[in-house]
Amino acid sequence: MIHPSQGGRWLLMLLFALGVVVPGNAQSPKDAAFLSTLGELRDASFPDKASIAERLSQGGHSSVRAVLTALLEDRLYYRNSDQKVFVAKAADADPLSLIDPLTLKSAGASPADGFTKIGTNNSLRHTLRMTVAHFSLSSPEVAVRLEAVHDMSESLDEETVSLLRKRLAVEASSRVRKAIDTALALAALDGPDGSARLSAIGTLADSVSQDVRNRLALMLDKSPDGSYVESDPKVRSAAASAVASIDRGRTFYSGIETLFFGLSLGSVLVLIAIGLAITFGVMGVINMAHGELMMLGAYTTYVVQTAMPGHIEISILVAIPAAFIVSGLMGVLMERTIIRHLYGRPLETLLATFGVSLLLQQLVRSIFTALNRSVITPEWMSGELKLNDALSITYNRLYIVIFTLIVFFVIMGVFKRTRLGLDIRAVSQNRAMAKAMGIRTEWVDAMTFGLGAGIAGVAGVALSQLTNVGPDLGQSYIIDSFMVVVFGGVGNLWGSLIGGMSMGVINKLLEPWVGAVLAKIFVLVALILFIQVRPRGLFPPRGRAAEDK
Amino acid sequence: MKRSTMFIAAGLLAAGIASTRDAAAQDTIKVGVLHSLSGTMAISETTLKDTVLMMIDAQNKKGGVLGKKLEAVVVDPASNWPLFAEKASQLLEKDKVAVVFGCWTSVSRKSVLPVFEKDNGLLFYPVQYEGEESSKNVIYTGAAPNQQAIPAVDYLMKEVGVKRWVLEGTDYVYPRTTNKILEAYLLAKGVAPADISINYTPFGNSDWQTRVAAIKKFGSAGKKTAVVSTINGDANVPFYKELGNQKISAEQIPVVAFSVGEEELSGLDAKPLVGQLAAWNYFESISTPANKAFIDQWHAFIKNPKRTTNDPMEATYIGFNLWVKAVTAAKTTDTTKVIAALPGIETPNLTGGTAKVLPNHHITKPVYIGEVKADGQFNVVWKSAGEVPGDAWSDYLPGSKDIEADWVTLKCGNYNKVTKVCSGQNFK
Repeated sequence: MIHPSQGGRWLLMLLFALGVVVPGNAQSPKDAAFLSTLGELRDASFPDKASIAERLSQGGHSSVRAVLTALLEDRLYYRNSDQKVFVAKAADADPLSLIDPLTLKSAGASPADGFTKIGTNNSLRHTLRMTVAHFSLSSPEVAVRLEAVHDMSESLDEETVSLLRKRLAVEASSRVRKAIDTALALAALDGPDGSARLSAIGTLADSVSQDVRNRLALMLDKSPDGSYVESDPKVRSAAASAVASIDRGRTFYSGIETLFFGLSLGSVLVLIAIGLAITFGVMGVINMAHGELMMLGAYTTYVVQTAMPGHIEISILVAIPAAFIVSGLMGVLMERTIIRHLYGRPLETLLATFGVSLLLQQLVRSIFTALNRSVITPEWMSGELKLNDALSITYNRLYIVIFTLIVFFVIMGVFKRTRLGLDIRAVSQNRAMAKAMGIRTEWVDAMTFGLGAGIAGVAGVALSQLTNVGPDLGQSYIIDSFMVVVFGGVGNLWGSLIGGMSMGVINKLLEPWVGAVLAKIFVLVALILFIQVRPRGLFPPRGRAAEDK
Repeated sequence: MKRSTMFIAAGLLAAGIASTRDAAAQDTIKVGVLHSLSGTMAISETTLKDTVLMMIDAQNKKGGVLGKKLEAVVVDPASNWPLFAEKASQLLEKDKVAVVFGCWTSVSRKSVLPVFEKDNGLLFYPVQYEGEESSKNVIYTGAAPNQQAIPAVDYLMKEVGVKRWVLEGTDYVYPRTTNKILEAYLLAKGVAPADISINYTPFGNSDWQTRVAAIKKFGSAGKKTAVVSTINGDANVPFYKELGNQKISAEQIPVVAFSVGEEELSGLDAKPLVGQLAAWNYFESISTPANKAFIDQWHAFIKNPKRTTNDPMEATYIGFNLWVKAVTAAKTTDTTKVIAALPGIETPNLTGGTAKVLPNHHITKPVYIGEVKADGQFNVVWKSAGEVPGDAWSDYLPGSKDIEADWVTLKCGNYNKVTKVCSGQNFK
C-alpha cells in the first residue's frame, strides 16, 4: 500500500477492531444475503442504489460500514468477468488493490481495466453519508466522530437522537460531547416542554453556528394566523437574546476572516514581488519576463509531480528547490546573454525582456501544448482548519502565508549575513567603488539576477496550488508584482512586504462592499494617487546612492 | 505532444502554400477556419481548428463536395478582436472562401459580423452564447440561452429543489446578458429578489476567498442554494479549488456551470469537483455509436488517445455536416443559395438525435445536465425530452420578447411582432 487514503485507514482500523477472521468458504446465510443484496448494486439506478444501501445497512452485516464507505468514496468495483463486487483500497489506482467485501481481507491486486466502478450521484452520496454517519459515531478517530455528529444533526429523527444519547454516555472527547450537546439541544427545541426548550436555548447560546442561529430565529417568526411559532414569551425572549449573541460572535469572527483573506492575498502579492524587488529594486532591471519565470516554476512543479506519481504528498517539497534551480538558471542565462549588454538602457531592457517573455511562453506551448496542466494539491494542503463554527482557515492559504514569511526572511538573511549579500549591496550602492575593492561585479550581477529569478520560480510553485498552470500564468501576475514593488519603495525588501500585505488587506476589506471588479480599480487608483504624493514609495531609499538611480 | 505541434505547423504550412497558388485552386472549394491559434483563447479554439481540419480530411476521403476537394484556409486571429475582422475580410475577399467556421467569444463574433454581412459570407458559429442576435450570414450551431441556461435552472428548481440562487459570472457580455435573462426568468417563476444574488468578478480572477465565503454565508440561510456559474475560462480552476478548500460540496451547494466541459476539466485535478454540475448539449460520456465513431476518429486524427471531445466540437461537427448537405442540395457553393437552402436541413447529432436548421438560423439541440466524475468526465443525470429549438430572442427579457427572427418568410433577423417593423439585421 503506497498511499493510504482516509478511507483506507478506516478500513484498516476496522479490520483491527474486528479482530475476527471469518473462516474462508464457509458462508453463513447472512453472508449470502449480504452478497446478493450487494450484487444488486451493479446495474441499479441511483434511487434504487439508495434503497439497496438502506437494506444493506438494515441487514446488519459486519462489513456493511466498510462497503458503504467504499461506495461513498468511489472505491466499490465489480469484476467484469464474473460480476463479483470488490472494495478497492484506493480509487482509480492501477492496478487496483482489492479487498474482499465479505471478509475485508486483501484479495490481491488486479489491472484496473478488468473492473467497472459502481457510480454515485449527489443525492445518493447524501443518503450514504447519513447512513455511514450512524456507523462512524463509534469510530476511534475524534475527527470522524465529530463529522458524524455534524452530519447527523442535519436530520434529527428519534432514531438519531437515541443514538446520540447513547454515544454521549460513553463519549470521552470534550469536543464531540459539545457537538452532541448542541445536536440534542437542537432536537429538544421541538419538544413540548417549555422549560426543556429554555434550557436547550441556554446550551445553544454559546454557539456561533449559522445552523443554530437559523433554527433559533425560526422560533421568533409568526405563523400565518398571527400567533408566534413559540408560544412561551419567556422562551421567545431567551431565543431573541441568543440570536443576538450569536450574531455578535459571527460578526467578530467574520472580521477576523476578512483580515486573514487580506493577509493571504497579500502574501501571494509579496511572494510574486520579492523576486522582482531584487531584480528591479536592487539592480534596476525592468524584467518583463518575471511572470514567465514564475510560470517556469509552476511547470517545474508539474514535471516533478509527473516524475514521482506515487509521492504526490512530498513532490511539492521537492519542487521548491527544483523550481529555484530551473528559474534561477534561466535567469542567469538571460542576464549573461541579453541583459548585461543593456545595463543603463531601461527601455531596451524592457523590450528585450518582453521578447524573452514571449519566447518562454511559446517554448512552454511547444513542449506542453497550450492546454493547462493539472497540478494535484497534496492531501495536507487541501481542506480547512476549523477553529470554530464561524471561523475556518483554508490550509493552502495558511501554508502560503507561512511560506512567504520563510522565503522573505531567508532572503533577508542572504542579504544581511552572507558574502553574496554583502557583494550585492556593495555593487548596488556604488558599482565603481565595489569594482575597485576587487568585487567581481559581473559575477555579482549574474548571481543577483539568478537569485531574483529563482525566487520567482519558488513563487511559481506556490501559484501552481492556487491557479491554472498554463502558458499565460505569468501575464496575470506581472502587473500586480510591479505595483507592489513600486508601492513599497524600489530597492527595499521590507517595503515590498509591508506594501504587499497592505494592498491585500485593503483589497479584501473593500471587496465585500464594492465587489471584486471595483475593489481592484479602487486599489489601483489609490496607488496612483499615492505615487503622486510619494513618488519613491512607502520606504524610499536614502542617502547618496539613491540619488543617481 | 511533439507530433501534434508538428501537425499544427504542417497545417499552417499547407494553408500558407494553399493561399499562394490561387490559380491552381479552381478545382477545390476553399473552407476558411477563423480560430485563435495563439493568445488567451488558443487553449479552446485550437481544438476547433483541428476539428474542422479533421472533418475536411474525412470529407475529402469520401470524394469531397460536388465532385471537388475541400481545401482549408487557416488563419490566426490571435485572440485579438479587431484582428478577427481583418482576418475575416482576408478570408472572404482575398481567399474567396465558400464558408467560414470560426469564432469563440461573443466579442469576436460581434467583430466579424459587419464583415460577413458586407461581403455576404457564411459563418458557422459553434459556441453557446447569450442570444439576442440573428444574422442572415451566420448559422448558430451552439446553444442559445433557452437550450442551456434555462433548462439548467429548471432542473435545479424542480429536481434538486433549489430556492436560493447565486448567479456568479465573469464581467463581460455573455454572463451579463445570460444573468439578465435568468434573473427575469427566476422572478417570473416567483423567486423573491432577496433570494437572488448576482456577482461579477474580473477576467482571470484567482482570489476567490471572499466570494466563496459570501456564497457559503448566502447558502446557510436554511434554504437549498445553488450557484449558476457563467465564470469564464481560467478563473474556474481557482474557484473550484477554493470551493473544495472551504469544504463546500456539491451535496450542500451545487454549482452548475455553462463554460466548464471535458477539455477544461482535463487541465485540473477533478476530484474536488465531483458532483458539480454542467449543462451542455453534448457530453463525451454519452454512449452512442455515432459518438464512439467520432471519438475514435478524433483520437486517430490528433494522434493522442487521451484528448477529450467537447460540446463546441460537436457543434462544429454538426455545422460542417449541415453545410455539406446544404451545398449538395443547392448544387453550388454560392453563399446566397446555400443560405437559402440551409433552413430545414437536418443532420444527425452525436447523441442520437437530429439537428435541424430553423428559420432563425439556430438549430435544434437536446439538453443534458451532467455531474462531474473523478476522472473528469460527466455522468448524465438529466436530459430534455427530445430536441429544444434554439430561440434567438429571449422570451423573458422585456426588450426582446416581442422580437422574432425568421429568414424564410419574414426575411428579417429582428422583427417586432407588435409594431410589425423590421429593424435591420441586428438589435441597435
